Amino acid sequence: MNWQNSSTSGFQEENRISTGRRLLYRFHIDLPLWIGIMLLSAMGMVVLYSAGDQSVELLNRQFVRLFIAFIVMLAVAQISPSTLKHWAPWMFGIGLLMLIAVLAFGEVGKGAQRWLNLGFFRFQPSELMKIAVPIMTAWYLAEAPLPPRTMRIIIATIIVLVPTLLIAKQPDLGTSLLIASSGIFVLLLAGLGWRLIISVFVLMIASAPVFWNYLLHDYQRQRIMTLFNPESDPLGSGYHIIQSTIAIGSGGIYGKGWLNGTQSHLDFLPERSTDFVFAVFSEEFGFLGILLLLAVYIAVISRGLVIAVNAQDTFSRLLAGSLTLTFFVYVFVNIGMVSGILPVVGLPLPLISYGGTSMVTIMAAFGILMSIQTHRKLVST
Amino acid sequence: MAFNSKQTLKDHFHETQIFNQRVLIAAVFMVLLFLLLLSRLVYLQITNQQHYSTLSENNRVSIRPIAPTRGLIFDRNGILLAQNLPSFTLEIIPEHVKDLDATLEKLKQLVAINEDDLKEFKNNLRKKRRFEGIPLRSRLSDEEVARVSVQENELPGVIIKAQLSRHYPQGKLASHAVGYVSRINENELRKLNASNYSATTHIGKVGIERTYEDLLHGKVGFQHIETNAQGRVLRVLERTLPVSGKNLYLNMDVKAQAIAEKSLAENNGALVAIDPRNGAVLAIASMPIYDPNLFVHGISSKAYKALSTSPERPLFNRALRGQYPPGSTIKPMMGLAGLELNQLKQHDDINCPGWYMLKNDERRYRDWKKEGHKHTDLDKAITESCDVFFYDLALTLGIDNISSYLAQFGLGEKTGIDLRGELDGLNPSRKWKRRTRNLPWFPGETLITGIGQGFMLTTPLQLANATAAIATMGKRFKPRMLYGIQDQQYQPIKKTKTESLPPIPISEAKNWHYVIKSMRNVVHGLHGTARGIKYNLKYDIAGKTGTAQVFGIAQDAEYKKEEIAKKLQDHALFIGYAPIDKPRIAVALIVENGGSGGAVAAPIVRKVMDQYLLNLPPEDKNTENKINGAAIQ
Repeated sequence: MNWQNSSTSGFQEENRISTGRRLLYRFHIDLPLWIGIMLLSAMGMVVLYSAGDQSVELLNRQFVRLFIAFIVMLAVAQISPSTLKHWAPWMFGIGLLMLIAVLAFGEVGKGAQRWLNLGFFRFQPSELMKIAVPIMTAWYLAEAPLPPRTMRIIIATIIVLVPTLLIAKQPDLGTSLLIASSGIFVLLLAGLGWRLIISVFVLMIASAPVFWNYLLHDYQRQRIMTLFNPESDPLGSGYHIIQSTIAIGSGGIYGKGWLNGTQSHLDFLPERSTDFVFAVFSEEFGFLGILLLLAVYIAVISRGLVIAVNAQDTFSRLLAGSLTLTFFVYVFVNIGMVSGILPVVGLPLPLISYGGTSMVTIMAAFGILMSIQTHRKLVST
Repeated sequence: MAFNSKQTLKDHFHETQIFNQRVLIAAVFMVLLFLLLLSRLVYLQITNQQHYSTLSENNRVSIRPIAPTRGLIFDRNGILLAQNLPSFTLEIIPEHVKDLDATLEKLKQLVAINEDDLKEFKNNLRKKRRFEGIPLRSRLSDEEVARVSVQENELPGVIIKAQLSRHYPQGKLASHAVGYVSRINENELRKLNASNYSATTHIGKVGIERTYEDLLHGKVGFQHIETNAQGRVLRVLERTLPVSGKNLYLNMDVKAQAIAEKSLAENNGALVAIDPRNGAVLAIASMPIYDPNLFVHGISSKAYKALSTSPERPLFNRALRGQYPPGSTIKPMMGLAGLELNQLKQHDDINCPGWYMLKNDERRYRDWKKEGHKHTDLDKAITESCDVFFYDLALTLGIDNISSYLAQFGLGEKTGIDLRGELDGLNPSRKWKRRTRNLPWFPGETLITGIGQGFMLTTPLQLANATAAIATMGKRFKPRMLYGIQDQQYQPIKKTKTESLPPIPISEAKNWHYVIKSMRNVVHGLHGTARGIKYNLKYDIAGKTGTAQVFGIAQDAEYKKEEIAKKLQDHALFIGYAPIDKPRIAVALIVENGGSGGAVAAPIVRKVMDQYLLNLPPEDKNTENKINGAAIQ
């Protein structure tokens, strides 16, 4: 695998460190990751200009958000992994309290209770948990030698499960799945036994009917049903999927060209600057454009894995690995949903979709990756 | 980094190995999933690009809902009560119009367009897309349609759109019962199945239109329309036809209903007629009334204000929601209570001096007849409506017996008719008084309850259903407006089921025969209070008059009709059914401030009964065929 090669070459490189890299490392910036993020953000701005009907105002707002998110990323990158480790239980505990507070007296928006009004600004505690859960799990598992023993696995599972259920109760299925997977990734990377993995998998499939009948809201069931037959309700829940597949399909290999997407510009496509922005991208830039976009995503994800493999302690490794895989889940679930192979879950396309509080969280995660990469103590030769 | 022992070094190495292995597996999974995404995108963008392009690129396909045709409403004889008529709307497609102002000027000379129309149009102009038709004037007259059509080629972008809109051919007739449709408001929009109503603009607001909205509405259809870049419809690719709403047949006999409404036109009031055999509502009139057609196209706020603030309250359905003291009309039921509960013998009599007094009470409870009825038994008390007899009977029975026996007739309880908004009435009891007023029950209140005054309140519908229960000797049914449902024109009518209510237990049938005979004497007897209606009667009526006090009279004052303002005059009531041997119709009527039940109310009931009974099909057997026959016309 080439990521292994690059990791060794990266290692060698650091032995004869260049002045430029030294400067970047002083500010705790990882150049490959930085370039990937910049590329994605730039592509995002280009699509948004088209998706938002060439509104400069929309671009301005997105730019301000990106700017803030970059500052957050840089700030987080300055925090060393060992400091993060110290904070882990505190972050997790505070996050948990806030989640309970949200359920008790949070604000309701769009039928779900997700916001906590702190007077001067509104805050989504579930966003904090996206970071806090992997940090906490990684910290907890790294305390003892790997692979983890049964007791540790059970407690780690509880650590993941409690915030997941609290968020699912809001209800915010998309976010709770993301948080669950971020914790599960830590467990998997820590070397969870194969037998256990397989038996849990089988158990989950067996319990699917119970989940379907008792735990899902009507609208969630509806979304899944729609996936299999969008034509059953063409003006209701199937509308998004029908219109977005038309947009993607009509893009063809070369696309209709920037600003020429008819589906999007004639209002056929809903949510076109937010969750369904991928459809606009596909319609205007075609299959080739998608290949380019996916390549950048793959590069960013690969770089994340390289950072994870290069990390010097178990905590950093697990954390970096989990954050990278969660980023992948974002990309996969969003594209899968827009192209009609996954049910509609409200997840944005990271770094491309307009707005969304999740952008700051994603950038903070990149900040952690950069911190892990740049805080390494170089092994003396 | 320093390592303390071999053990940790080994562990560390082992951990790294596990981790790297796991990362490798994750990478493989991610590659596979990316390949899955790519294959889906290849499928969409390369394999099926042609298909999706036709759907999108030059010809855009849009899905448009097609509104289902609303079901029709007929009376029991197939007379149309609600239908759908085409109406024409003038629309402008902005992107086809070169000079909007000039076009508007031109149109103003052809059709009447007022400021409101223009305002609404300009409002929509900003909201809608440029290739969509924006309505300018609705409900064009035939002449206006013709004038615009002739000039159509000089008016690019101007179109006349035809659509169906609800129309009530009988106008005001039976409008409380049939109800009306009107624009869907935001509240309703939230509760509706948005998809099924995506092409529907109107929804049933009151009456049958509301109760049976689900049946009348039908199921929406869809068409996939191919449009060009300007949004003009090129052709229809695919069509799922809507399913029309079902036609409804009411139990109502519109001719009898019309007579009821006409007779009540001078006074306000309500009449309900029920078939005692099954609870079918033959007529349900509430006057005054309004024209339901006003609401269909949006009633002007001025007209609505006039209707809603009128002291006559035309929007108020008195038949269901008017709560009146039943007055003497409950006397037959009181008599039955006395006989059936063994508190009274058929030949018991009292002396009526024209007033009644309780022990230790100064107050005189008066009879309507100042000089009294002298020797009076139950038969005479019902026939001539003696109050004193029933004061005495009420005292003997006690309030507990009275309220529980009257409750068996359904007084104080919703009948469960298939119309919304019915009120309970009030059948007072000791418990009720304690609960609502926290006061004990006084004997004087028992007395006036015995003649249907005091706290007691009934709706005309309850009274009619109670009368039907007398006619059937205790069998009771839920009143039903709906006779049957027809899926489509020319198809057979599916009759709705009758629903029984708990019957009134009979202790001795002869008690019932006795009271029914007395009710017959009310109409046919020499001294009956409604004897005025018996002339040329082709069947027998059992009835009872009633007069309900609107306000109390001071102890010594005398009731002089001329001196009292119309608003404060007594309500006139009549209940009755016919024919006595084979009851087909039971009626309750209240004429607000009408004065005397015998003189004012009874003749109206007779007119309604005449209309219904004298026009019954022979032996009343072929009703079903008749309805079918009429529907086919």
